[in-house]
Order: sequence, then C-alpha cells, then structure tokens
Amino acid sequence: MKVVEVRGLTKKYGKKTAISNLSFEVNEGELFGFIGPDGAGKTTLFRILTTLLLPNSGSAKILGKDVVKDYKYLRNHIGYMPGRFSLYMDLTVEENLRFFASIFNTTIEENYQLVKDIYSQIEPFKKRRAGQLSGGMKQKLALSCALIHKPRLLVLDEPTTGVDAVSRKEFWEMLKRLKEQGITIIVSTPYMDEAVLCDRIAFIQNGSILDINTPAGIISGYKKKLFSIETMRKYNVIKILETYEYKDSVFPFGDSIHYTDKRESINSEILIDYLHSTGINDCSVSEIESGIEDVFMSLIKEGTDGQ
Amino acid sequence: MDNNHKVIEVTDLTKKFGNFTAVSQITFDVNEGEIFGFLGANGAGKTTAMKMLTGLLSPTSGKAKVAGFDVYKQSEQIKKHIGYMSQKFSLYEDLTIVENISFYAGIYGLTDEQISEKTNFLLKKLDLEKSRNELIKSLPLGWKQKLAFSVAIIHDPGIVFLDEPTGGVDPITRRQFWNLIYEASENKKTIFVTTHYMDEAEYCDRISIMVDGKIEALDSPVNLKEKYYCKSINEVFIHLARKNKNQ
Amino acid sequence: MRTFANFILKEVYHITRDWRSLIVLICIPVIQLFLFGYAIRTELNEAEICIIDHSKDYITQEITNKLISSGYFKLNAYIENEKQIEHLFKNGSVKEVIIFEQHFAKKLEKEGKASIMLVADASNPNIATLVTSYTSSIIRTYQLELNAKAIKANTLIIPEVKMMYNPELKSVYMFVPGLIALILMLVSALMTSIAITREKEMGSMEVLLVSPLKPQMIIIGKVVPYVIISFFNSLTVLALSILIFKIPFEGSFLLFTFESVLFIITALALGILISTIANSQLAAMMMSLGGLLMPTVLLSGFIYPVENMPLPLRNTFATCYSYIGFFCFPRTVYNTTE
Repeated sequence: MKVVEVRGLTKKYGKKTAISNLSFEVNEGELFGFIGPDGAGKTTLFRILTTLLLPNSGSAKILGKDVVKDYKYLRNHIGYMPGRFSLYMDLTVEENLRFFASIFNTTIEENYQLVKDIYSQIEPFKKRRAGQLSGGMKQKLALSCALIHKPRLLVLDEPTTGVDAVSRKEFWEMLKRLKEQGITIIVSTPYMDEAVLCDRIAFIQNGSILDINTPAGIISGYKKKLFSIETMRKYNVIKILETYEYKDSVFPFGDSIHYTDKRESINSEILIDYLHSTGINDCSVSEIESGIEDVFMSLIKEGTDGQ
Repeated sequence: MDNNHKVIEVTDLTKKFGNFTAVSQITFDVNEGEIFGFLGANGAGKTTAMKMLTGLLSPTSGKAKVAGFDVYKQSEQIKKHIGYMSQKFSLYEDLTIVENISFYAGIYGLTDEQISEKTNFLLKKLDLEKSRNELIKSLPLGWKQKLAFSVAIIHDPGIVFLDEPTGGVDPITRRQFWNLIYEASENKKTIFVTTHYMDEAEYCDRISIMVDGKIEALDSPVNLKEKYYCKSINEVFIHLARKNKNQ
Repeated sequence: MRTFANFILKEVYHITRDWRSLIVLICIPVIQLFLFGYAIRTELNEAEICIIDHSKDYITQEITNKLISSGYFKLNAYIENEKQIEHLFKNGSVKEVIIFEQHFAKKLEKEGKASIMLVADASNPNIATLVTSYTSSIIRTYQLELNAKAIKANTLIIPEVKMMYNPELKSVYMFVPGLIALILMLVSALMTSIAITREKEMGSMEVLLVSPLKPQMIIIGKVVPYVIISFFNSLTVLALSILIFKIPFEGSFLLFTFESVLFIITALALGILISTIANSQLAAMMMSLGGLLMPTVLLSGFIYPVENMPLPLRNTFATCYSYIGFFCFPRTVYNTTE
C-alpha cells in the first residue's frame, strides 16, 4: 500500500516557486529521506503533507485521503516534528508529553508502549523543564511527542540539523527501531551521510526532485569514473586540477580529493603523471566507488550547468 | 608549516558560571596559517571557549594569548586582529551587497579608498559584480556564506574565527566555501573553525575534540584516526563522546 | 472536552512558569485602579488661587471662606493689583485669580448685583475650565443662600470669566505641544530599544562586539540616526502647529531647541536601558509602551492634570518621568503672552 502519493505538487509564494511539480510515492513501512540544502523546498513540501499549507496545484494523498479535503482525519494519523520550536521550553518533560497526548485525545499511559523505547531514556529527567535539556534529549522528547498519538506516518523536518554527531547517530538508531514497528517515516536532512540510512531517498534542490531511488540504486546510477587523490598538499592539488583542461569536477572530500574527468579513457596513471608533471610528487591516486554525496554533487552540477 | 610561530596560546583556560564549569582547564596552541578544527558535542563548551578567545567573555582563570595579545587585558587589540563569522548571523539582509561590505570594512577602520578597492576586488572575485546593488536577502544561502567569509577577512586579520560557517548549505557550495578557507590559509591566515560536519573536520590541519568542557583529543585527523583505530573522524568523535558519557 | 481542558491547563502552566509576566498581569489592574482612583482625577483638588479684593467687606470675606473651605482651592496669596497676575501665571503654580470689584457688598445691597472677575490660566484649557466652573458654582450656591436669608431677594452675583493666553480655550493649543513630547518619546525610546534588541535577536550584536568598535560606539552609532530623526520630527510638528493650527509661538526658539535635545537624549537613554533588559523586539516594545508611553499619556498632564494627583505620587512620578517638565515646557514657550 502507498502511504503517500504525490502528483504534480506545486506551491508558489507570490512569484517565487517553492516547490514545482513534485511527484513521488512512499510505501508503507518505508523510511524515506529528502536530502537537500536549506531553501530547497523541503519544509514547504512537509507542511503541505501535514495539511498545514495548501498547494497551488497538484494533489497529495496520504493513507488514501486527500491532504486538502480530509485534513481532519489526517491530522489524527500523522505525527509531525518540525525543525525547531516544537517543544514548550517552559514546560517540564512530562508536561510536554502529556500535553501532546491530550490534544490527540489520548494519554501517556495508553500509548506508553509506543514511546517507551525513546521516552525511557529521558524519563529520569521528567520533572526538568524542556529548555534545560541537552540538544540530544530535546530531540528525543520531541520525537516522543510526535509519536504519542500512534501516528501511521511520521514526518520529521530536519530533526538532526545543528545536532552533534553522537546525538545524530542515536537518533537514526531510534528511527530504525520505529520503522521496525511498522511506522512509515518521511525525514529530511542536509547531511549526506544520513542518506544511506534511508530505504529510499529523493534529492531535492531548488524545489525540484533531482532523483529518487534506493541509496544503492542512486550510487549505481552514477556512471562516471571517480578518483580519490590523497596528498598532504590538498589545496595545491585542487588548484592545479581546477585548471586542468580535462577536469569535470574536483572537490575536497574528507581526508582526500575526489576528481572526475571528461575523458572516458582516464585512469589513475594518467592522473598521477599529470600531477607529477606539475610538481606534485607526494600523492596517491586510486579509482573508487562513488558515494551518495558524489552523486548529489554531480546532479546539482548538471542542474546548474544546464541552466 | 612554521611550528615556531604560535598565534593562539591557551594554558589552563577555565570559565565558570556560578557552580557550573563550562570550560575546564583547556590547553592548546594554534600555529600561524593552520586550519584548526574545534569540535565538540552541543553544550560541550565550544561557544564559551570561543567567546573567551574573541574577547567577548573574560575567563575565570588560566592564560590565553590571541595574536600575541592577552585575553584579560588586551581584548581591544585582539578584536582588531581577528575576523569573526557565525552561522547564526552573517550579513544584514536589508542592506545591499555593497552596503554590507562597506559597513564591515568601515567598522574595522579601513579608509574610503581601501573600502572601494576591496569592494571591487571582492565583487570580482565572487562574481557578484552584476548584483552589487541587490539586497542580501535576494542572494542564495551559499553566496551569502561566501560573501560573509570574504567580509569577515576584509581587514586582513591574522586569525579568523568561524562558528559553524557551513550549516544547511548544499555540498557543492560547502566545498567552494572550504576552498576559500584553504586559500586564506595559504595566505598565512590562521583559521579557527567549529563544525558539525565531520567530513569537514578532515579538511583541518589539526582538530581538538571537546567533551564536557575539556579537550579530550588534539592532533591531526590522520593521527587521531590511527590512535583510536577509526576509519573516520566521525567515528573518533562518537567514540570519545560516548566513552565519556558511559563513565 | 478533556482535550480542551488539557489545553487550558497547558496555558496555565505557561503563565505560572513565567512569574514576571504573571506579576505584571496581576499588578496592572491594581495599578490602574489606583491610578484612576487616586492619581488621575478629573475634579479639582486644592488648586492654588490668588485673590484681589478691592472691596474687603463681609461678603467678599464670606465668599473667600466658602471657596477655601470647599477643599477645592487653596489660597496662595492676597495680591494688590492686576499687574501681578501675569507674573503669577508664568510661575505656574497659581491657576486662577479672583478679583472682587470695589464696594462689593454695598453694590449688592443697593443695586442687587455685583460682579466677580475670574481670571484663569488657559494655557491648559482643561484646568482653566475646571477651575472657573467650580468657582462659579460655589459663588452661585452662596448667592442662593443669600437669597434664602432674604436680606434682599433677587441679588445677583455675576462671575465674569476671563481666560488668559488662550481665550478661545482651544484644546489644540494644549495637545499639540504635548504631542511633540509624545512623538519624541515614541521615536526616541521605542525605536531605539527596538533597533538595539533587533541586533541582539539576529545575532549581529555578537559580530559587532567582536569587531574593534568600542561597545559605547556601537550604542551611540545605533542612537545617532534616531536623534536626528527625532529632532527633525519635533521641528516638523512645530512648523505644522504654527502654520496649520495657528498656535502662537511666543517663546524662545533657542530654548525650545535646547529643551528638545535634552528631552530626546533622556528618552534615548531610557530606550537603551530597556534594550539592556529586553531580549526580543516584542519585549522591548511592550516595555516601551507600558513603561514609557502609557505613563506619558496618563500621568504627565497630557490628558489628566498633574495638579490633581496626590502630592507624594506627584513627586514620585515627576521624578521618575523627568519629561513631565517637558510637557509643561512647550506650553509655556508657545504662549507666554496673550
């Protein structure tokens, strides 16, 4: 069953198009990720899906119901965690959760089983005000609050932005367990390394979807030869390659440099020879498998070059 | 790298707020032209430490010199010799590009001549000549960030403090931003940067990882990975932060 | 229904958590009650009067006693001639001068009528009207008593009212100069406090503080444009009031300018003070409105006369809101002579 079916969805703010002609589907029990930078249209899309915003054209169906007509039904079955300010900082942990339970006409006790896994970690601090929690704990509380009414679809808008790597990792572990309980999850993130943790991902940039696929599918769709260059003089090498006539793209990438070439026949030796000829001797070059981030960057590049 | 010239020297720097110790006896040096990554979990004390080094907050105890000036007595001098950019705010949205540039150049005491020279140079370098009189809010986030960095070093400071400069930016723009950082570092500018992107930590010459107000690890990314038998800085970070939590 | 009750409960939590707002919520009605109950009075309370008694007989004495024992008036002094009136009014404390004509009692007995002249300082038309109507009604009551005693039926005491400085009792004479102060308060205090808290809210304050600019320079830099705007504002209002509302401006322009600048600086200082406490633009606005503008309107004599407030309160507020002086000030500069 399709939990989400979106067809030709468009939203404009005045002249500015926030999202244009989006179409995608999300299957039941799927963990679906939207990957894209700030201003790509993720929040606008999520607000339409959660019935908070009306689209200009196109349709969106969730659990078989229309987001415009059946918003009352849907609001009871969607859990939404907006990027920021979703908690009341002046209420205690327990009061927050109790409040969110009550507006959906349920109680903590009734659905405790559902949030137990997450909530039990912050329960020792239940008398503490939400504003005094650490970033990671706030996140757990916000997730508990979004879950307390037993939603069938969970929509999380950039839950990990500005959160440190440890809390991010824990958060994704929680999502995985929720998924196992059969909850469908849509999540957005600007962090590429989180993309591989989703079942399927959609790259979104400037209001359009660049690609939708499984992480593995996306990677295998990348046809270019990708080279990783390791050197102590990263900046020099980047500068040299930037002006190389056959260069397709060159980016710093973690502890190395990722490079693609315009020639089909390119191999590591050619590249090493070229770098040697420019006086770079202390480098090693190897052809590598591409990652999600490489694909996304090449998609963005195609998009901007095509304009 | 010139190891003899230290532009930031910190010894046992501590800051307490009442009973709470936000920064506890941190000690480190940063060399000239180095890209120094200052990592830590939320609430680990990064912001407090950075405030002390930029002269915004007076330490409780310990010693620190930035650009050769003492943080207790010479914060005015420090401010003249550093650049600062934060993710929370970079440029005035309701001013044009040119107005923003001349504002910042002005508060750092550049002359009118220098300002117009620098403005033209920056616009050309960032390819923004056509939109020089557009409001900042009409610029895409990535451009804003790049412009903000260029503006932060407009007075040619020896040290630049960057507080999560690349939050929410697409991966290509993020890398273009880092190219600017590399370039500045080539020009002997010292870069002191915080980030939540662990792959960016790998771009740094050396990084420190702060946990609960203390510096838990400090070395080059390569050495740190070797030391903790990890494949990436992300793993090192998680290892250190978790280890401390379980204690 | 339970859902709704829970929603209300949450709101109650919010309110109780923020004890500062709670105090404000509870205190505002109390303060307002006391303000309107004690401080803001529309009736007279010991208004100072002077008397020129050309007759000095038993009737003028009786009328004087009636006036003073009413509690509404307080005798400042007996004076000898009309020339002193202007000087008294300029000093500001005396609100009305009562002049009994010569041979008052005799005239009343022989001709059945006599006249009293009531001279009021109408640069504040509200007070002037109040003072003269109270005096007239006391005199009327006395006249009725006199008739009832039937010494001589149908005696008539005629109060003649003379309004000095503003004979047509145009309220615009009073409101426009007061408005200058109000506008200056709005632009100077409100706008400055908002402008500074905006930088705090955006995070740009941090960037500025890290720059070599001295903190005092940042503050002064933020304030200077508002000083200029405020000053321009006061000149505009002044020009309009003279050209369109035809309000006579008789005082010293230099003095007016000097006093305006002084007032603007005070208001700006208050604005800066607010911006140090307020963390958001909204809070700054609430504090400026509640702490500065409301008292400006209610307690400075702009609408309700300051003279009617109880003395301790008057002193307190006069000290707290230094600009009360400014409210009276333009009025005196505007119309010093008739």
